[in-house]
Amino acid sequence: MANETTDSKPTEIETVKSRLVELLPGVALEWSEFRGQTRVVFASGELLRCLNAFKAAGFDQLTDLTAVDLLEYGNVDDRFEVVYCLLNVDSGLRLIAKTHLNEPDLTIPSATSVWFGADWLEREVYDMYGIIFAGHPNFKRLLLPDDFQSFPLRKDYPVKGRGERHNFPIVTRAES
Amino acid sequence: MPLELLDSPDLDENKREGLWTLNFGPQHPATHTTLRLVLQLDGEMVIDAEPDIGFLHSGFEKLGEVLDFNQYVTIVDRMNYVSPMANEIAWHHAVEKLLGIELTPRCKYIRTIFAELMRLHDHLLCLGTCVLDLGGATAFMYAFNERETIYEICERASGQRFHTSYTRVGGLLYDVTDDWVKMVKDFVRNFPRVYRDFSGMVMKNRIFVERTRDVGVLSREEAIAGGATGPTARASGVARDLRRDEPYLAYDDFDFDVCASQGGDCYARFQVRMMEMVESVKIIEQALDKLPKGPVFAGDAGKAGMPDKKEVYRSIEGLIHHFESVMPNRQMAGPKESIYAATESPNGELGYYIVGDGSFRAYRARTRPPSVLHFALFSKLIRGCMLSDVAAVLGSINIIAAELDR
Repeated sequence: MANETTDSKPTEIETVKSRLVELLPGVALEWSEFRGQTRVVFASGELLRCLNAFKAAGFDQLTDLTAVDLLEYGNVDDRFEVVYCLLNVDSGLRLIAKTHLNEPDLTIPSATSVWFGADWLEREVYDMYGIIFAGHPNFKRLLLPDDFQSFPLRKDYPVKGRGERHNFPIVTRAES
Repeated sequence: MPLELLDSPDLDENKREGLWTLNFGPQHPATHTTLRLVLQLDGEMVIDAEPDIGFLHSGFEKLGEVLDFNQYVTIVDRMNYVSPMANEIAWHHAVEKLLGIELTPRCKYIRTIFAELMRLHDHLLCLGTCVLDLGGATAFMYAFNERETIYEICERASGQRFHTSYTRVGGLLYDVTDDWVKMVKDFVRNFPRVYRDFSGMVMKNRIFVERTRDVGVLSREEAIAGGATGPTARASGVARDLRRDEPYLAYDDFDFDVCASQGGDCYARFQVRMMEMVESVKIIEQALDKLPKGPVFAGDAGKAGMPDKKEVYRSIEGLIHHFESVMPNRQMAGPKESIYAATESPNGELGYYIVGDGSFRAYRARTRPPSVLHFALFSKLIRGCMLSDVAAVLGSINIIAAELDR
């Protein structure tokens, strides 16, 4: 069973690659591989076109959507990396698609129109990194309070916080 | 009550007059932990639900960037605390994939046994507490009695009942003893009898069946596009199980079935969980029979592997080895790469996206918790159901708020 999948996967990914090149004429796709996992990097300007092409190429599930702050990573020019982990449910093929963003323009189109499962994942990325997903149906913070000022998973935010916890307003029963 | 409300939950503004809003949680017995729902109701019918989460947010992912690969295991434990060791196994599975460490057969088998015990642990809680929420206290006691035995098994192996922190990069905290093997064997021998009683009490209980059948239906298309995994997706006809489709640990060596159903309702989700328990017991039995001898730490783990405590205290080589595995400036260097690796946790696909920066800690440790994607589907599932169905639907997707909020 395991041998079967490892044998068939390289050819499968090759087909997907050529299909994507067909679907995305003129878009620069930068492929790489690490421990059998295929990654592709594309420009954030082509985001929605690329995501739709990925879906057309068979990736019908958005497994995960996250971001990385590359501020202290070293040897990189970009500030943020947005990561889409995609899955073809029938064949089990995975693809990690990445795009880069830089300040001051941290707005990219929302993936909710492609996979509606992106809804909360995008809200969480906004909550933690301040990346704005344009066209999201219900765009606000997911985990932190709505009036929270910072984006805590950014590398310039200290692990100890900025005293939010100690300055949290306490509403007594009498005042409420 | 006008009948057309059933079919058209999206009412225009002037028809919304008769609706009322109910605040469900954050402290409510059926939420199990702290999560909040703002329900729009027409009489007792749920027109819309707005989940509000984040009450338990404690910045786990930020801590993952500060603690090293071995230290962070104490934090991942606390995500899905219903099956703590499943989180540990998933975390170290991703770390080992990033570092390129191949486990020893004995370690793989012990981790597999624990992963399946955790599946039983989680499913028993999910079913037991949901039955309790729906009004049946007896089955809950049966389930928790079995869970207690699993706690004892965890305690025997790791010294901790709850937050075991048992796995290490490339191995385990301690090897298991013959005593432990006997404990698991006794548990597995006893389990089918309990399962029979439990199954009879729950799955054939008319009240339970009527409260869960055709309630909270999730279609196959919605399950795929919404990112549902695990029992929730399998109950909607997505027959995908990472244990079979992307075999990790020792799952390749065992004979087991992937349980799926076409129903998509709460009953189907419980049914899949019930069937999975039988398969888990099958896997544990096979693993115990074939449990290999040998070390639990991989040879190629090198500096990453923790030496045996006896060696640390009695030889200078052991002490140096220990020093090199724990001191930040002496630790093993990881690759400057990123990886996504997932395991089939009891609730669904539990994945970690780790970005390494060349040190022994993660530059970014993203958790892909199944609960978040499942709970995002909640408002879809509950629309058109009754207020009392909220407990059934919440229970059937097994929302663990600590994993939701991290």
